[in-house]
Amino acid sequence: MVGTMRIAILSDIHANREAFEAALAAANAAGAERFVLLGDIVGYGADPEWCAEQAMAMAAGGAIVLRGNHDDAVGNTAVSMNATATMAIEWTRRQLGSETRAFLAGLPMKAREEDCLFLHADASAPADWNYVLDASDAGQHLGACDARVSFCGHVHKPALYCTAPGGKVTHFRPVAATPVPLLPQRRWLAVMGAVGQPRDGNPCAAFALYDTQSAELRFLRAAYDVEKAAQKINAAGLPASLADRLFEGR
Amino acid sequence: MVHVRLKPGDVIDGFAIEGIAHNGGMARIWQVSRPDIDFPILMKVPVIGEGDDPAAIVGFEMEQMILPRLSGPHVPRFVANGDFATLPYIVMERLPGASLYPLLERLPLPPEEVAALGAKIAVALDSLHRQHVVHLDLKPSNVMFRESGEAVLIDYGLARHVHLPDLMDEQFRLPYGTAPYMAPEQVLGTRSDFRSDLFALGVMLYFFATGERPFGDPQRLKGLKRRLWRDPLPPRARNAAIPPALQEIILRCLEVNPAWRYPSAAQLALDLQDLASVKLTARAEKMKRDPLGMVLRRRFNPVPIETVKPQAAEAQLANAPIVAVAIDLSGGTAELADAMRKTVTRIIENTPDARIACLNVLKINRIAIDTSLDEAGRNKHVLRLVELRNWSTGLPAPGGGITFHVLEAVSPADAILAYARENYVDHIVMGARAESAMRSMLGSVSGEVAAHAPCTVTVVRNRPRPD
Repeated sequence: MVGTMRIAILSDIHANREAFEAALAAANAAGAERFVLLGDIVGYGADPEWCAEQAMAMAAGGAIVLRGNHDDAVGNTAVSMNATATMAIEWTRRQLGSETRAFLAGLPMKAREEDCLFLHADASAPADWNYVLDASDAGQHLGACDARVSFCGHVHKPALYCTAPGGKVTHFRPVAATPVPLLPQRRWLAVMGAVGQPRDGNPCAAFALYDTQSAELRFLRAAYDVEKAAQKINAAGLPASLADRLFEGR
Repeated sequence: MVHVRLKPGDVIDGFAIEGIAHNGGMARIWQVSRPDIDFPILMKVPVIGEGDDPAAIVGFEMEQMILPRLSGPHVPRFVANGDFATLPYIVMERLPGASLYPLLERLPLPPEEVAALGAKIAVALDSLHRQHVVHLDLKPSNVMFRESGEAVLIDYGLARHVHLPDLMDEQFRLPYGTAPYMAPEQVLGTRSDFRSDLFALGVMLYFFATGERPFGDPQRLKGLKRRLWRDPLPPRARNAAIPPALQEIILRCLEVNPAWRYPSAAQLALDLQDLASVKLTARAEKMKRDPLGMVLRRRFNPVPIETVKPQAAEAQLANAPIVAVAIDLSGGTAELADAMRKTVTRIIENTPDARIACLNVLKINRIAIDTSLDEAGRNKHVLRLVELRNWSTGLPAPGGGITFHVLEAVSPADAILAYARENYVDHIVMGARAESAMRSMLGSVSGEVAAHAPCTVTVVRNRPRPD
């Protein structure tokens, strides 16, 4: 990541092939030069094998691919999750081939490049998969790392937090694709929305584009074929609630 | 942070420091130059030291975020931001002349001058608001003018860009602003309502027209809050030369509830540009402050403050378009007039704060001497106005009001386009001339308007009945 670069950051793909493809196409159209996947490649959706293979190919091409709690649960039956997630992960295990299972099990928890830190959940205890839901959670994360800009996912709702030395943590809910300058004198935590299962009331796949030269971050959305992704979830016999929620992004 | 002491002759990131232009409490402003920049520029450097107000730093950061995202004649051109790690600064265009501050020496101003100044500032606010920014510190010292006449709003240290994080909001408990000009909702901590700037402009207009500030210059929060329940002395009680229409405008801007002010700066500009068409209410005739009993009731049962959340700020603005309806009183059919009324009705229903301007073009002869001033011409003009009003009966009342204008012009299309440009019209509605020999000979007015309009154009045409 030396020099200037536009990095596309995608999180919580959740085996939603249609959303993943749409987000990648939109990121490429917006000039993405490098990709970071913040984990939860599988779980909930109907295309875990395709999504994991795609992530594997991207990793081979130089993308940063990290582990999320659902990727973790594929190879780790001790992980506790809610009933729907557990049902989905049991189904997911049966769909994955040995190669993709090994790929998911071997994913790193975090990555650091220059002043950027990437991970799935908060930095204070990565293995506990803590959610960053408000300014106080963000403060905990910012206190546990020294990166100037961090990117995480896990929450499925986009948010941006920042703090100045000795100052409080400010919360911001992204409202448009307007580039947000991540002022260099502050520290920032950007929480990505979800590609494959948005929960902020907008059904479009959420991702972001970070320009390392201008230090500007854009929260972007890509429309995708929700109908098709939902049909596949139903056809696979997965809980209907996983299909229904995609239509409203909740 | 490195502490750099600038002096004339220094060169920072290619900018040659020439001399100090202004030494303020929050920032020092230097005159600078760089060979590749062919307009005058200055460098603003925040004063950062032990015990300084942290809001000064945050305000500077806000300006670093917002200024690069603004464009157009109503803001200073942005040149560069300096890094906090070396020297924090903003380099921007230096505007000619002084701000409106020296004007305060010669108040009150004649009402026409107040209205003309106000219209220019309202136009600048409209431009800013359309770029998603609320200024929140509008006052005479933050208004400058270009040589070409446009008002330029400076100092974005307290501003809010509704698409960007608000570093001010969660950092400080006290409301920030300039006491005489702060809107009631701003006193209470709201930083995302575009109409807060209209209140500040109302304070300026009041001050310019009367020589007095409507709410004084309170120094404490308690004094600031007085404006939530205590109304100012009406401007005409201070200066009898103020026409009722100007008082109507000023008092509407000063409404405690943002929802009772103008819904947009563009609609305010429209009224300031044409005092004759301002719709007068009880505000225009008010000569005394409200009786004590009413003020006391208000103190304990406050006026509602229907402000908007940051996410809804732009929707509020979008609900208040200026819609010009061009009505052909001679050539159109009754069916077409009816279809036009239905279209406008739907626009009012969807955007309830719309301002509707009904236009008719009175064609004048290119060669003949202007006859509009003679008796027959005046009659024609008045008759057209009556017909326009008649056309509008049955329309629901738009929140922004409805006005009627007869434009005298050689070319109807040019007249409609000029009206749209001069009045910041968002949407033109007009009827299509029927298929006829006339149209094929003269061309279509609606076609020309649609091709050159600076905004959305709806051309209403009745679908032919199936044979």
